Amino acid sequence: MLPPLESAPLEGRAASNPLPGLKFTLGFTVFYLSIIVLLPVAALVLRSFHLSWSELWALATNERALAAYELSLGASLAAALINAVFGSLLAWVLVRYRFPGRRLLDGLIDFPFALPTAVAGLTLANLFADHGWLGQFLAPIGIRGAFTRLGVVIALTFVGLPFAVRTLQPVLENLDRGVEEAAACLGASRFRTFVSVIAPTLFPTVLTGFGLSFARALGEYGSIKFISGNLPWTEIAPVLMVMRLDQYDYTGAIAVALVLMLFSFALLFTLNWVQGWASKFQQP
Amino acid sequence: MNLSLPAPSQARAAPSSIRESAAVKWLLIALAGGFAALFLLLPLINVFAQAFSGGWAPYWKAVTDKDTGSAIRLTFLVAAISVPLNVIFGLASAWAIAKFDFRGKAVLLTFIDLPFSVSPVVAGLLFVLLFGANGLFGGWLAAHHVKIIFALPGLVLATIFVTFPYVARELIPIMQDQGSEQEEAALTLGANGWQTFWRVTVPSVKWGLLYGIILCNSRAMGEFGAVEVVSGHIAGQTDTLPLRVDKLYNEFDPVAPFAVATLLAFLALATLCVKLFLEWKSRDES
Repeated sequence: MLPPLESAPLEGRAASNPLPGLKFTLGFTVFYLSIIVLLPVAALVLRSFHLSWSELWALATNERALAAYELSLGASLAAALINAVFGSLLAWVLVRYRFPGRRLLDGLIDFPFALPTAVAGLTLANLFADHGWLGQFLAPIGIRGAFTRLGVVIALTFVGLPFAVRTLQPVLENLDRGVEEAAACLGASRFRTFVSVIAPTLFPTVLTGFGLSFARALGEYGSIKFISGNLPWTEIAPVLMVMRLDQYDYTGAIAVALVLMLFSFALLFTLNWVQGWASKFQQP
Repeated sequence: MNLSLPAPSQARAAPSSIRESAAVKWLLIALAGGFAALFLLLPLINVFAQAFSGGWAPYWKAVTDKDTGSAIRLTFLVAAISVPLNVIFGLASAWAIAKFDFRGKAVLLTFIDLPFSVSPVVAGLLFVLLFGANGLFGGWLAAHHVKIIFALPGLVLATIFVTFPYVARELIPIMQDQGSEQEEAALTLGANGWQTFWRVTVPSVKWGLLYGIILCNSRAMGEFGAVEVVSGHIAGQTDTLPLRVDKLYNEFDPVAPFAVATLLAFLALATLCVKLFLEWKSRDES
């Protein structure tokens, strides 16, 4: 999920655009979009109309499904919060400070985005397992990060981190430092300037990054398959959907899929609104 | 995720009144660096450490295994079909959206973004419901002996779906920023539409285009959820590399899943290197 693109009209040449190819390129775009995206989505919706609503509702809201949504939402929320905090810290350090290894750190941020999620899940499950590099220190003090709900949060944090950092970074780069100087001239301490001037300006963008990493986490499956260990108390909604499909319970899988799509559309809608709000803060 | 090439950053020497004290600065750097080292670098090192925990022999055995070999070929094949199709779509849609005005543009943009907000497993399910044994076209396909689900076409369709917006998303803002004066000049000078497209438009967006392609390719080769749903897990036939990792993991092999995972980690590292190179290139030119 990404920030929306502008669809602002081109200035004053709509009528006399001399460039060729609109019919061909737009025709191909709509054709390809219909076959790959719209037709399959329509098929899911149509198919659900043929099912009995009461059965669909029962399968979408039974105890196991509700527990899966609860964990999906809760773990994604926790992961997005961690990412909002550490993502902002990373963006701040990368933009404001010069230090040895900065380029390496900047490159590392995209690593979760480039690494296939199956590999992420595999290595995180191993790191946090009782005998793993981190697990051997954490397990004795009662922190278990593999095959637990904490593990689900860890994996979702990993996959969502780049979204939080990369959303905030460009805004922070373009921040007008004159306001900070003005605050300093008026006698504000550095801490006061941060709390009363910088933080409020950045808040909408941090919220956008939080929302994007939350959205990414809600749909995540690959890494969770490895770190959750297929246990009843670590089952998130996408895992439940696949389980039902594996048992040829198509109606049950459709019920979960519809709920998941509903979540992501609601989130998309909210994010668009937040971004519209955030962009007002970026123009002085 | 910000897919656009980042703007060049200007390092500014800020006056001391708007800088943090050295202690705060280094504390924040240490916190950020420590978090990244534990959370980003360590998982990467761990993949290689586990893969070579038994030395070269088991590693080599796992990556040269017959089923791993066919997983590598399948992964490349799926990417080789889906990435070019999405590149053609990306170029066509960016041309239409960035250079022209028409009604419904905002709706079209929303639809192009749709695959980003659909969970990959739901994407897989969509194709199962269309082409699976009891799907919409399932009966017709079975009668004509065409296999889509649990076969290559299903893997390709699911991969195209999840990587659908990558190239278009990258090109549309770049082409919008560039406007169409250059193309109009070329046409005035007598070039035809194709010449204008290939000699004026494509060269001017080449770094952004390559950027979109490598991101699209990295996702196409690494996709797990969507292809798992449509694959059917037939070893040597419908297992891509990520699915092969999963299968070996479920067999409780301590080395083999990590050995195969190093191949995907190399892919990720190569993607990051090309990405840095492209950012450096486009900064150089602007």
